Amino acid sequence: MKRASATKPAMALPALIRQLSEAVAVSGDEHAVRSLVLQAVQDSADKLEVDALGTVLATRTGTSRRRERVLAAAHMDEVGVMIMSIESDGLLAIEAVGGLDPRVLLGKQLWVGRQRLPGVVGATPVHLLKDDEEKRPVAFDAMRLDIGAGSREAAAKLVQPGDRATFATSFRNLGGTLRGKALDDRVGVALLIELFRSSRFEFDFTAAFTVQEEVGLRGAQAAAFAIDPVAALVLEVTPANDLPPQPGETENVRYNTRLGHGAALSLADSSTLYPRALVQHFAAIAVRDQIPFQYRQPGGGGNDSGGIQRRRSGIPVVALSVPGRYIHSPAALVRLSDVRAALQLARAALSELPRRPARA
Amino acid sequence: MIALINRYVTAFGPSGNEDAVRSLLQADLKQLGADTQIDPLGNLSCVHAPGKDKNRTRVLLMAHMDEIGVMVSHIDERGFCRFLPLGGVRAPWCVGARVRFGNGTIGTIGAEPHEASTALKFDDLYIDLGADDRSAVNVAVGDSACFDRPLEASGQRLIAKSLDDRIGCVVLLETLRRLRSTPHSVAFVFSVQEEMGLRGAGAAAFGFDPHFGIAVDVTRTGDTPKARPMEVALGKGPAIKLRDSGMIADPALVRRLRAAADHAKVAYQLEVLEHGTTDARAIQSARSGVPAGCISIPCRYVHTPSEMVDMRDVEGAIRLLVDLLGRKL
Repeated sequence: MKRASATKPAMALPALIRQLSEAVAVSGDEHAVRSLVLQAVQDSADKLEVDALGTVLATRTGTSRRRERVLAAAHMDEVGVMIMSIESDGLLAIEAVGGLDPRVLLGKQLWVGRQRLPGVVGATPVHLLKDDEEKRPVAFDAMRLDIGAGSREAAAKLVQPGDRATFATSFRNLGGTLRGKALDDRVGVALLIELFRSSRFEFDFTAAFTVQEEVGLRGAQAAAFAIDPVAALVLEVTPANDLPPQPGETENVRYNTRLGHGAALSLADSSTLYPRALVQHFAAIAVRDQIPFQYRQPGGGGNDSGGIQRRRSGIPVVALSVPGRYIHSPAALVRLSDVRAALQLARAALSELPRRPARA
Repeated sequence: MIALINRYVTAFGPSGNEDAVRSLLQADLKQLGADTQIDPLGNLSCVHAPGKDKNRTRVLLMAHMDEIGVMVSHIDERGFCRFLPLGGVRAPWCVGARVRFGNGTIGTIGAEPHEASTALKFDDLYIDLGADDRSAVNVAVGDSACFDRPLEASGQRLIAKSLDDRIGCVVLLETLRRLRSTPHSVAFVFSVQEEMGLRGAGAAAFGFDPHFGIAVDVTRTGDTPKARPMEVALGKGPAIKLRDSGMIADPALVRRLRAAADHAKVAYQLEVLEHGTTDARAIQSARSGVPAGCISIPCRYVHTPSEMVDMRDVEGAIRLLVDLLGRKL
């Protein structure tokens, strides 16, 4: 067990996000991000373990003698593809892992396998498209991932079925705006690392860096069962669809969230109806401390909250998100001001968490 | 009992906003001398003959407090509210419906374009609160509303909103009222968020750790002019569920329910429901598994603002449960 020490200077937030964004961790193979997380939290954790599914559970003991536990979760995994088979010509058949739009994948460069081989999901050149072929999306099973291998044998030396691949995107700091792949949810992971390292609360605080969120909130369920907390916070990146109205619309009524308008508090999504009182606690702290925040529009989508809320006898949960444009694509954009607002709000609201969160 | 049902069906309780229903139940349960508890998700429960004797069989009875409804997702400049459904609301049935918010604000649901009324989607619908513009709107994004209709009684038949599942809540209340003694430890649980996908039930079942679980809910019928075939009709007694699309009822529990109905001379029906399920599904898979079943009140027009049940079926369900719980299982 190690106590917090000042041996390692904390990395600045954008640099930490860069490192996490460029790591590859398609659901079920979160190894690369897990290594970074373990490194980042080991000096601050009073207890550190990796559970049977691969989730990192880091705990800081509370200052109060009441042994209440609070959980905060961010998921390490990202969407991508899995190699299903190697064909005789050396091309690779693929399937999506997590919610991926086939229109977004076609023609993109990927990093393949843990060794990050360069690959491309080939698209038929426009010259050869027939009729209105370009109007119809190409299905995943009609796509092939090409790593330049000329035969099954050549490809089999480099990859095997089950290997994963994700967008080959270098992170860019655009000055106030960050651009990269997998910002959903590496920004959440970075926030949770920062929150964990910089805060000691009254309650025992467990940071769960979860696995397999993108394939159905799988890691979070086990983590919540194991920790059995009195309340939980999920740190996420949620779509910002804050684009101009479509033709025929006078107003964009489905923006979800807006970039630069602060941290987003969830009210309802497909997986969870958030408890009003606890959401109000976060909102009240934001108003009092003048931390920019917005409500995420009630709507579809879901996050680890759904996996946590209904474990054991039920766990009140809040989701706090950073708005991100174009998530689940090669390049998502977030505003650093929103990231900082989320960190500030998470820390302040947890510090003053009501004694009985369920009845807050 | 109609007055009691009227209080419950007119209460405001879309999923996630069960407070008003819970308060009514707390007051009524207190009058019956019951000690109530609320769990972290908001499920309300009381245990009859709580177990000093650990050998007592723990039986869980459950009805859900929540009803279907809508939640505001956007308020435009002119004050029209876009919304999403809470639970199994059908878009075409919404046109012209009135909704009521927690603060009493009333709205009506409009649709555009008008000519596409059969294939309406939620994107085509909005709530009109009668406001001149956004500044005059006194509800906010995230606020929920229920459908708004008064209860009507027509002979033995009741027509009301949210009989799904306030009628189940009333059945549980009446069962507790009439149950003088029981050899078991019986938990009466009033669950939250059933309509969102049985979200409260599993947590409540985990807490009580029952030997048997029985949901009391409504089921659709096959007795309307062009109904999809189904062997359940209004007025022929409560339905003992054999299966639905989420659960196969425990056969031994079904036998016990049938025996109790026979013993109490209650006419009953057997139910196989093709589409839909109840809290019993979540109870069944709690912890290491719980033998579960369901008693259904036949109900026409489920998930519309005008659901219809028959009082004879309601009365039968109560008598069946009182008989079941009053004796050894």
